Amino acid sequence: MTFLTYLINGLSLGSVYAIIALGYTMVYGIAKMLNFAHGDVIMVGAYMSFCSVMYLHLPPWLSVIVAMIVCTLLGITIEKLAYKPLRGATSLAVLITAIGVSYFLQNAALLIWGSAPKVFTSIFNNVESFRLFDGQLVIAPETIFTVIACIVIMLVLTFFTTKTKLGKSMRAVSEDKAAAQLMGINVNSTISLTFAIGSALAAIAGVLLCSSYPTLMPTTGSMPGIKAFTAAVFGGIGSIPGAMIGGILLGIIEIFARAYVSTEISDAIVFGVLIVVLLVKPTGLLGKKITEKV
Amino acid sequence: MKTMKKVLCLALVLMMVFSTVACGGGGSDEDTDANAIKLGGIGPITGGAAVYGVAVMNGAQIAVDEINAAGGDITFAYNFQDDEHDAEKGVNAYSNLKDWGLQILMGTVTTTPCIAVAGETFADRVFELTPSASSADVTKGKDNVFQLCFTDPNQGITAANYIADNALGTKIAVIYNNADAYSTGIYTAFQAQLKTKGIEIVYTGTFASDDNADFSVQLTGAKEAGADLVFLPIYYTPASLILAQAKSMDYAPTFFGVDGMDGILALEGFDKTLAEGVMLMTPFNPWSTDEKVAAFVAEYESRFGETPNQFAADAYDCVYAIHDACIAAGVTADMDAATICEALIPVFTGDFSYDGLTGTDMTWSTAGEVSKAPVVCVIQNGQYVDL
Repeated sequence: MTFLTYLINGLSLGSVYAIIALGYTMVYGIAKMLNFAHGDVIMVGAYMSFCSVMYLHLPPWLSVIVAMIVCTLLGITIEKLAYKPLRGATSLAVLITAIGVSYFLQNAALLIWGSAPKVFTSIFNNVESFRLFDGQLVIAPETIFTVIACIVIMLVLTFFTTKTKLGKSMRAVSEDKAAAQLMGINVNSTISLTFAIGSALAAIAGVLLCSSYPTLMPTTGSMPGIKAFTAAVFGGIGSIPGAMIGGILLGIIEIFARAYVSTEISDAIVFGVLIVVLLVKPTGLLGKKITEKV
Repeated sequence: MKTMKKVLCLALVLMMVFSTVACGGGGSDEDTDANAIKLGGIGPITGGAAVYGVAVMNGAQIAVDEINAAGGDITFAYNFQDDEHDAEKGVNAYSNLKDWGLQILMGTVTTTPCIAVAGETFADRVFELTPSASSADVTKGKDNVFQLCFTDPNQGITAANYIADNALGTKIAVIYNNADAYSTGIYTAFQAQLKTKGIEIVYTGTFASDDNADFSVQLTGAKEAGADLVFLPIYYTPASLILAQAKSMDYAPTFFGVDGMDGILALEGFDKTLAEGVMLMTPFNPWSTDEKVAAFVAEYESRFGETPNQFAADAYDCVYAIHDACIAAGVTADMDAATICEALIPVFTGDFSYDGLTGTDMTWSTAGEVSKAPVVCVIQNGQYVDL
């Protein structure tokens, strides 16, 4: 039973990582850049939801929509102001800019909301936990909903990028920007759309993250952001199902490492597993092998 | 274009210079009264630990204003500097205060910067009284540094005695932050004392950062071990997560916290029903009916719009303790910092005692430790109730 409890805890943590990783992998897969500010967009999304519930007294489901709208606008603005001028620059320059944006968002949040942590009220506050085996196994509604949300988002994104016209143009941009432009695809608006989708996902991830782990601080997004990035790499960055599998595996490994090995070195074990996977399969679990033309 | 850039650069540089100047001046009291003793304070008023620093700054300000308004022999000019809970910035803040003409230091608020600053004040012979840096390392080997808060080991021992004497639990679990000196300090003393009382610790869970958000493993461990009391020698942020996660897994032992738990009820958005029945040790109960406490709380609420925590009360006591000690030692404003320091040390280690908001009959040992008893409270209906 203890094992099952740990497994469910791992699934819960892992599916939060997975939703964040989906945003990372989406932006990387299309725009070929690591958006390190993704974790901080999550934080902004969570604050937006928190503020709409606390100060505007909106119902929780509406606060999620508010958070998604604000984050989408934020994502587009960040892309326009910080990344678009660097479209032709080296990936290192873009990476450093992303780190700069991340610090900017954290410090802006510190200015606006202060450093004192806030307690996020779970959007499933009124939903009862599920109790199995005479109450020996308790599953929080957050866990169930996060797993479902994660699967749904993964399926929708896969459908969107493979079947719709916009999705196909995104993949075209990711394969070859110049050729896509020649084919009549508006590269800039496609990349903006990618950021918009990624940031809307970040808002959902923020709300779900803080529903499961309810403290909200300006640095709330950074560690989950890094873990989710690891998950995306683990699953094969750029691959949508890979991000989900990577996230869930990472969560389960982390909880098991903490439960059966040691709480202190659990992070070392998580990142150790990543190194082993990358040594054996450098593109990650589901990553495609890309041969670069010289 | 080039000149444009140069102008822009210059403008930015100037802006930075001015903003630093503005920061340096922040919190200072432009009191040029030559008869006032220059009392400096250091603590984090920005950054992650700002809650503590701001409370200390405000609490001390109230005491200083009261003393100056009363206009006795001793008045203070007060200057509070930010250290962002960083050792290096703490030392910088101390240097700023020295330039200002610091005579007595009230601070610093948090342990890590305090150890660094205490090294400096010891070398410079500046009297230092910290409201809240509770580690024994703060005062170790430094005869000029005193604490107004009880030490970490002291809290662990009191908690163990209280749990044993009141038979609060038979199977104890502990969850603590083993990367933090405060948390481990309390834990070490607690488990040693509990062992002498013959009570078993059935589970010990650790975590390595106050940013840690997932406590499901530690709580499952405690639950599986059948613990009926969980001791939490940690700060209130992780504690709030532990309470929430314990509830979501249907685990309801007695939770017993220490003074780091103080502040949990002030967390914005915190569901106070989660803290119902949680026990904690704190030197200060803002809901107490004590006359002095009530007056301080009313003043603090009207000036700063929130209920003061123990840090504010500790700082208030610090200023008054320094004030009373200065009178006892015959200190005057024209003495230099070293002379004041040598005059105050024998007073503090002598038979000087002080009654304040956070305890009565406080006395200090030569090691700098205060003797006052931690008080155990239980949270009921969103308030502390003395036991």
